[in-house]
Amino acid sequence: MISAPDVVAFTKEEEYEEEPYNEPALPEEYSVPLFPFANQGANPWSKLSGAKFSRDFILISEFSEQVGPQPLLTIPNDTKVFGTFDLNYFSLRIMSVDYQASFVGHPPGSAYPKLNFVEDSKVVLGDSKEGAFAYVHHLTLYDLEARGFVRPFCMAYISADQHKIMQQFQELSAEFSRASECLKTGNRKAFAGELEKKLKDLDYTRTVLHTETEIQKKANDKGFYSSQAIEKANELASVEKSIIEHQDLLKQIRSYPHRKLKGCDLCPGEMEHIQDQASQASTTSNPDESADTDLYTCRPAYTPKLIKAKSTKCFDKKLKTLEELCDTEYFTQTLTQLSHIEHMFRGDLCYLLTSQIDRALLKQQHITNFLFEDFVEVDDRMVEKQESIPSKPSQDRPPSRSLEECPIPKVLISVGSYKSSVESVLIKMEQELGDEEYKEVEVTELSSFDPQENLDYLDMDMKGSISSGESIEVLGMEKSTSVLSKSDSQASLTVPLSPQVVRSKAVSHRTISEDSIEVLSTCPSEALIPDDFKASYPSAINEEESYPDGNEGAIHFQASISPPELGETEEGSMENTPSQIDSCCIGKESDGQLVLPSSPAHTHSDEDGVVSSPPQRHRQKDQGFRVDFSMENASPSSRDDSCEGFPAYELDPSHLLANRDISKTSLDNYSDTTSYVSSVASTSSDRIPSAYPAGLSSDRHKKRAGQNALKFIRQYPFAHPAIYSLLSGRTLVVLGEDEAIVRKLVTALAIFVPSYGCYAKPVKHWASSPLHIMDFQKWKLIGLQRVASPAGAGTLHALSRYSRYTSILDLDNKTLRCPLYRGTLVPRLADHRTQIKRGSTYYLHVQSMLTQLCSKAFVYTFCHHLHLPTHDKETEELLASRQASFLKLTLGLVNEDVRVVQYLAELLKLHYMQESPGTSHPMLGFDYVPSFLYKI
Amino acid sequence: MKANCSSPGETGETGSPHPPGPQSPLHQRHLDLGSGLGRSSSWTCCSSTSQIMEKSPLQTIGEEQTQNPYTELLVLKAHHDIVRFLVQLDDYRFASAGDDGIVVVWNAQTGEKLLELNGHTQKITAIITFPSLESCEEKNQLILTASADRTVIVWDSDTGRQVQRISCFQSTVKCLTVLQRLDVWLSGGNDLCVWNRKLDLLCKTSHLSDTGISALVEIPKNCVVAAVGKELIIFRLVAPTEGSLEWDILEIKHLLDHQDNILSLINVNDLSFVTGSHIGELIIWDALDWTMQAYERNFWDPSPQLDTQQEIKLCQKSNDISIHHFTCDEENVFAAVGRGLYVYNLHMKRVIACQKTAHDSSVLHIAKLPNRQLISCSEDGSVRIWELREKQQLAAEPVPTGFFNMWGFGRVNKQASQPVKKQQENATSCSLELIGDLIGHSSSVEMFLYFEDHGLVTCSADHLIILWKNGERESGLRSLRLFQKLEENGRKQWRAGRRQHGWSCGRHWKSGSWLRSLGTRPEEWFQNSLKIHILQTERRPLSPGKPVA
Repeated sequence: MISAPDVVAFTKEEEYEEEPYNEPALPEEYSVPLFPFANQGANPWSKLSGAKFSRDFILISEFSEQVGPQPLLTIPNDTKVFGTFDLNYFSLRIMSVDYQASFVGHPPGSAYPKLNFVEDSKVVLGDSKEGAFAYVHHLTLYDLEARGFVRPFCMAYISADQHKIMQQFQELSAEFSRASECLKTGNRKAFAGELEKKLKDLDYTRTVLHTETEIQKKANDKGFYSSQAIEKANELASVEKSIIEHQDLLKQIRSYPHRKLKGCDLCPGEMEHIQDQASQASTTSNPDESADTDLYTCRPAYTPKLIKAKSTKCFDKKLKTLEELCDTEYFTQTLTQLSHIEHMFRGDLCYLLTSQIDRALLKQQHITNFLFEDFVEVDDRMVEKQESIPSKPSQDRPPSRSLEECPIPKVLISVGSYKSSVESVLIKMEQELGDEEYKEVEVTELSSFDPQENLDYLDMDMKGSISSGESIEVLGMEKSTSVLSKSDSQASLTVPLSPQVVRSKAVSHRTISEDSIEVLSTCPSEALIPDDFKASYPSAINEEESYPDGNEGAIHFQASISPPELGETEEGSMENTPSQIDSCCIGKESDGQLVLPSSPAHTHSDEDGVVSSPPQRHRQKDQGFRVDFSMENASPSSRDDSCEGFPAYELDPSHLLANRDISKTSLDNYSDTTSYVSSVASTSSDRIPSAYPAGLSSDRHKKRAGQNALKFIRQYPFAHPAIYSLLSGRTLVVLGEDEAIVRKLVTALAIFVPSYGCYAKPVKHWASSPLHIMDFQKWKLIGLQRVASPAGAGTLHALSRYSRYTSILDLDNKTLRCPLYRGTLVPRLADHRTQIKRGSTYYLHVQSMLTQLCSKAFVYTFCHHLHLPTHDKETEELLASRQASFLKLTLGLVNEDVRVVQYLAELLKLHYMQESPGTSHPMLGFDYVPSFLYKI
Repeated sequence: MKANCSSPGETGETGSPHPPGPQSPLHQRHLDLGSGLGRSSSWTCCSSTSQIMEKSPLQTIGEEQTQNPYTELLVLKAHHDIVRFLVQLDDYRFASAGDDGIVVVWNAQTGEKLLELNGHTQKITAIITFPSLESCEEKNQLILTASADRTVIVWDSDTGRQVQRISCFQSTVKCLTVLQRLDVWLSGGNDLCVWNRKLDLLCKTSHLSDTGISALVEIPKNCVVAAVGKELIIFRLVAPTEGSLEWDILEIKHLLDHQDNILSLINVNDLSFVTGSHIGELIIWDALDWTMQAYERNFWDPSPQLDTQQEIKLCQKSNDISIHHFTCDEENVFAAVGRGLYVYNLHMKRVIACQKTAHDSSVLHIAKLPNRQLISCSEDGSVRIWELREKQQLAAEPVPTGFFNMWGFGRVNKQASQPVKKQQENATSCSLELIGDLIGHSSSVEMFLYFEDHGLVTCSADHLIILWKNGERESGLRSLRLFQKLEENGRKQWRAGRRQHGWSCGRHWKSGSWLRSLGTRPEEWFQNSLKIHILQTERRPLSPGKPVA
């Protein structure tokens, strides 16, 4: 963790400003928008509008041909999460915005039903009334019994934060595509299996009919056919036809992978997976051979039965569940992926952005980041994706004007850039026309357009799928690759503003019936990231050219969404950018609570729908207060949370780690700290245990560790030598009787332990048998049980025998036995008078310091002249003195600090040279230095 | 852990006066050890631990060991039982063998396990290498191992292949020796057999004794000396000549001067060999005429001329003075006597330095390093490094002063103050100074092996092998390898034509290449990471290192 919003906030404190030394400013590309109202006392984490759900969740719904849109399941599957949020209603909303022309049936000119391999569509939409915004991923699954063989589904990521959805669109899209791909692959398999069965049934039926007909023929040799016989013959014919149809379907479904998987943007790992399936499928597509055997082996015991030739549209029949539609295996895999997504995007947008930047930077420092970062084990695909960020040089973007102008709303900027490849469409209610016109005044200044053309454009795209409802805004829908959309966008842009804007946006307003539905962008393509976009996205944060003011028109700020966005509107107002405030979500509550300033644009009723006005500063302030106030009223529990730090839901930016870590470090480690609030409890409950014995990975664990470390530093005056021991690779043994206390301290101190490689930290939380020399080679921090019985004598004896390899922290007697430390590094790292109060902040502070330390170690390790003689005659003494002076003078290390850097350098060397990381433990290095006994 | 502490290769299962039950001394040792260590650690700062003073004058060294070069260790684990033997194969490889019957070949540099040789069903009793001959087509070095399963297996040390297995032995082979000059090897059990490289049995002796041969060395004139119980037997090998095509082995002479079982036997030089017995007799023999050159009996008495045999027997526990191992250089024979170390000067024919209680328990193996250092390992699980220092000024007083008090000061002193005294005055006398100890094994350290380049390898009854290394030197080597790898990577990139634009470090692309493979210059990298570093609490901006001209 290199940077984080609250650390940034920390440096903003005044005492730092007074200092004569100006620290180097954070490079622009690394900064994320700060919460603009920090100095007004508002809490950036105390937001969340009128949303009825407590945190983001994923909803899967189906447009059932029997009952219409219905929610199927949510992730996390916990009613507390979505609370009173009306899932049925929202399902209706999101299912009504299916843009795909997912028509399956008999296309004209084709004899047989044709399967359309419909590409998923990705839509961002918002329901301002509910305070919910969603990334909606539509997909269709095949079902032999369904109408047109298809069942439309959608997966929606629902959040109260619109900007989160907008900015994480790419990530969401990629992740959901993966989930969707998984579902569809399973579905294809299941569908093929179903077809096989059906074919067998038909075949059997045909045989039966055939024999019956033959019998009848024989029985009846009069030369004419009875009506019965004719009926049979007809039936036989229709069975024949059905067989051909089904065979054709089977062929189609099997031919799928070849066509589809090419442009797939999945990462290698996933790709392999898919490729496997593809290769499997390719063998499968050869219908006679392995495929059949394969399928037969799956269902060996299937006995064909007599069926009706005509496929029945059985409305009375129970439709297959999602799990049945897909293979169970794929279904669970999808659920895993979805909960992964849920983890991944949990939390505040600012936090997500920060951690993304963070990961990108860490990825860059691949040589040193294994030492203290536990992110390294983040799955490759995330890393893979992030990799593009640093590697794209920022040369093609002009020196960031936007940063000077508006350092804060960079969130917005990236939205803009994202929009550069995304069509933006606006749909308004007819009644709003008045407002619309009002807005027009401003908008048209920037982009004048022909409403009629845009209307056409939308008509084409939306296929009338928007039917009813009052306040749905489709905020985004990406349509990047299709030729159609390009021509559309051009058509919609009658008057290009400037060359830059042409490409980057297409704003259009339209009105449809009673509803206010705003479509900002759509993306109905599998290859969802066009190349130019891929290129531009990484630099998106700084890409100001794609911040055309006119784009504002496409983004609807919700007055009551998160305060940072308020900042944006504020910022926007300063630039005279028109922004729209959709009042729906403020609703009556806000009317009741606030006496809003008399700005005419701001006084509006619910029915007014959209109001656009340049926001004014004082009003912003009011809203800031209001938000805070309503928080207080609405959710005292979250208030509690914010007392402790962050609200619980914003944890875990390091998504996967949360899945991977924890099985080992149980909650016991943190047991004595304050009790956790419900939402967190659910967090911990849906963790997936894993084989990775990672130390602390989730934010929560970091926070606990940080807190306990802070406590340790305050409590023990000899914390410095103890931490020095850890940093210099001398095993610290924490000796104590109480397992919980020992474990807790070990977990806390583990943040100071450098790792050997990309796997778990060398920390053993609890040992009860006597230690052995191997243990010191393996572990750098050991929690050891003190046994009073004679059996414990062996433990203590071993400890005293190996005392030269260890520092011993005796928790029961409050003593520490370890070498002397006189450096300056650790006091800065662990200042017992530190002003830092929160565990997470302290953790970040430590990480920050350790990053600096790592960079020193890096420079020391890789400085050629320090380790190799510059000429042949140079003696080792000269080399050693050069090393020493470099460490002392250039790196500014004092006394024992040198040992720390040297130890880290050794680890770096080993790590760099290791062919297969993590295979062996490094050597045990030690010093012959006297130890001292410290007491409180 | 099996607590059999005797070293079977040398003592054999004699059954005669022998250390008491194996368990009890070990236990005792641990207790001693505990208090000893407690004292050695310096709890200076308001130390509350009561320091138990021990009666034993065991020399200890604190935690500060400036002269101890071994600051890195690597634990090698492959054995499942006591590891008793280590044998060097070449400059970087060694083999280990022990009671689990497996032989493991290791890389001494990296600690990598190279081969595991499985074949014996019982513990290994002897291991030796059989170097390849230049003339021979078979270049591969062979390893011979003898085991309690009464087999000898010949291994190819490069491939780990089992070349041949001999199982025609009537008894366990306890020692092996190679006569390279004749290109034969000998196995000693209850009888002595002579084999050639092709593993044909050339000849053998009749049954010698039930205890068997415990040690075997080559001496000039095609002879070998075998230690069988208390006696030494000289054998002569008769190589085939024109007259007879047969090999033959003849018993030449029996030497019966030792009072007790002979535990150790080594060659000192071409002209002499030395033997040591269970009750502390050290005899130096002439290798040519097999006569006694010197006889040292009483290691608590520095004057060899004294005839004090009767009185000496009275007090010492025999295992305290049994001679487990010898090592020697041109001037001195170093003997591991009981718990102590003695340096016997060949010219002066007397003990010039001793460390009465060098260890808490019996010293099992000693070795002399080129730099006047002596390393000893012991049943107490520790390895100690000694330095032989000359101390001229101390000529006036007899060397081991302390002990006279215990064994009747007056009389010894009286005798010591005779002609011997004068001899001492003009002689240099030395002392063994403890300069470091290596604590790592949790049980008896059976043997060790010194590599000039790679450090020290110790094996122990705790099933482990530890590689002790000079940390500083290893660090330098790692740096070297690091830059080699960087250069390699850089060269690869360079060849691939992906030369990064602009910068190069210095005139030579070579020096820049390693940087290239990092993907970025360290200076840039460093500045980057400084940028990243938000909470910069350090005031002083860091400047990246510029190469020193």
